[in-house]
Amino acid sequence: MPTMNVIQAVNDALRTEMRRDANVVVLGEDVGRFGGVFRATQGLHDEFGADRVIDTPLAEGGIIGTAVGMALYGLRPVPEIQFADFIFPAMDQLVNEVAKYRYRSGGQYACPMVIRSPYGGGIRGGHYHSQSPEAHFIHTAGLKVVVPSNPYDAKGLLISAIRDPDPVLFFEPKRVYRAAKGEVPEGEYEIPLGQARVTREGSQITVIAWGAMWHEADQAVREAAEAGLDCELLDLRSLQPLDVDAIERSVRKTGRAVIVHEAPRTCGFGAELSALIQERCFLSLEAPITRVTGFDTPFPYTLEAEYLPRAPRILRALREVAAF
Amino acid sequence: MRREIHQNLVKRNGHGGQNGHAMPELPPFAQRPAPHRPEKEFPLETVLADDGSADLSRLHLPAERLVSLYRLMVLNRLLDERMIQLQRQGRIGFYIGSIGEEATVLGAAAAMADQDWIFPCYREHGAALLRGLPLQRFLCDLLGNSGDLMLGHQMPCHEAFAAGRFASISSPIATQIPQAVGAGWAARIKGDDMVPLVYFGEGATSANDFHTGLNFAGVRKVPVVFVCRNNGWAISVPRERQTAAVTFAEKALGYGMRGERVDGNDLLAVYEATRLARARAHAGEGPTLIECVTYRMEGHSTSDDPRAYRAPELVEPWRKKDPILRLKAHLAWRGLLSEADDAALREQAQAEILAAMREAEALPPKPPLESLFQGVYAEPLWQQREQLEELRAAVDADPRAARLREEG
Repeated sequence: MPTMNVIQAVNDALRTEMRRDANVVVLGEDVGRFGGVFRATQGLHDEFGADRVIDTPLAEGGIIGTAVGMALYGLRPVPEIQFADFIFPAMDQLVNEVAKYRYRSGGQYACPMVIRSPYGGGIRGGHYHSQSPEAHFIHTAGLKVVVPSNPYDAKGLLISAIRDPDPVLFFEPKRVYRAAKGEVPEGEYEIPLGQARVTREGSQITVIAWGAMWHEADQAVREAAEAGLDCELLDLRSLQPLDVDAIERSVRKTGRAVIVHEAPRTCGFGAELSALIQERCFLSLEAPITRVTGFDTPFPYTLEAEYLPRAPRILRALREVAAF
Repeated sequence: MRREIHQNLVKRNGHGGQNGHAMPELPPFAQRPAPHRPEKEFPLETVLADDGSADLSRLHLPAERLVSLYRLMVLNRLLDERMIQLQRQGRIGFYIGSIGEEATVLGAAAAMADQDWIFPCYREHGAALLRGLPLQRFLCDLLGNSGDLMLGHQMPCHEAFAAGRFASISSPIATQIPQAVGAGWAARIKGDDMVPLVYFGEGATSANDFHTGLNFAGVRKVPVVFVCRNNGWAISVPRERQTAAVTFAEKALGYGMRGERVDGNDLLAVYEATRLARARAHAGEGPTLIECVTYRMEGHSTSDDPRAYRAPELVEPWRKKDPILRLKAHLAWRGLLSEADDAALREQAQAEILAAMREAEALPPKPPLESLFQGVYAEPLWQQREQLEELRAAVDADPRAARLREEG
């Protein structure tokens, strides 16, 4: 089985789906001959041609608006937004068009597409190359939101997302684009959307993370184990649909929950998870549900290590929750 | 980071600002004439003369089709008048009509091929009827009742009709423009003979999506026909406050595409301009922007009263240019329609509207509870299944939960 990083796995998923289905097209800024600024579409232009790997003018609203028309007409577009921070010019198309097209036409039309976009901090990119905007889209009925943490999941989830009948926001953790490596099967395989993965079983605290923050949580959980704290770690992988059963099962067992995400805390997805846990696991809880997150500021340039919920901050929260 | 990448690309490609294009020889800067004179270069194209005569060599519409389009224009007008009345009586919640703009709406739609998609703004229900949307279904949309194709999900006049390749309507302005471009682009990728027609008002030309849509289409010569319904008003804002350009047609130049400016109250002119634009798009010559100069005779919708912002004398000259009167004069000039024919078809249209309204109003006034969650996703999520149960229980326990007001 070949070893790949996340970018290579994304590239492999795109290639696999484009070979399987002639309706799959890629479009965006610099995705063509150049192969994308992160190289996620490298080689696709040569293999599939300029009709299916489309360099668009520089306008995110135009990319998504055009993709809507393509999807309505029966293509399966996979638009790339170069950085998640640049997705906001396309907000109207995403929130009012992509998300609502099936609903507002009473199911007469569907608008399936996968919007791929690198997200997150830790790359010295300042606040226009570091944001984690997932909550905006989870909050918009009609959209699905997927965030892989590793190459195996990236490929399997992207293939599932492309085959999904609904529009999917696919946020790729650019901080671990190259750093996260692993074995990735050749050919096609699907990881169903809406299934979390328990990456470490434990009995005392449930730790919930996704994307790049799974790696920080994983380190924190390992360090906690050395200190005698037995944590269970969940990689959500898909935020909408959400595997609430996996969360419920784990928290009922451990009685404690720590949620980790790098987006700002207020109204971040951690708030929703926290509400769901208290609604479903109230009588099992032994300690307050705790969030370790980015702060309520724009993403900083110089103090980004401090801003990101890195392992030491997570570990501190684990100790406090255990001692409550 | 994006800038660095850009600079690297420029370095690699070995050129700076000119992109390698050879510039034509021009006289010295100070002596150059003004670049263009839009009022001369984009003259208002008219086919129908005031007396109803027309150069028949310019017509590509069989007489029978012309009469049926006239009938539809009349139906559209009577429908709008009747629905505005019903809104005032409180029988429908909202209405947005096309009184005075029927020639633009129907002339453009009629010039497209059956397989072509229509991306409407929100005044083009006439085009949906042309594509076969049953009148009764349209009225169900206005009522949002159990017969509504949109399952009561949209406010009135936001219809979609997939069987007629009539796309779904949204209230945000101009969003349908890049979508139409995407559909035309997709058809070309698939090798299909399909050219989308997209309507928008002149106010939409101020919005981002107008620019991105026309720019994408121009760059890639996407087969699509852009119809700007310049009716003079975006709610209360006159066209002079939307653009400093002399015409909307000239905006085509900046996108490297052809622009046309036609008399939007002349069905024959709109039809002809659209027919030619479709033929060019099909031949690979790219998109066309057609400005149809018309006038919004009523308010923007039933939610505004134009007397608050528009002097009545501005409207008066347009009454003589009524698109229905003009086509009627033409049909009379050709001996295709007598006064008696006209009276009969009006009576028939009124009867059709009344019958359709009776049928629509006989249906249960609300779609079933579960329709609230239908079509958000292909399959409902667990959250929606739970929420439906929660709602059912609440309504069962206290029916007031299903009413907006105590008395309703």
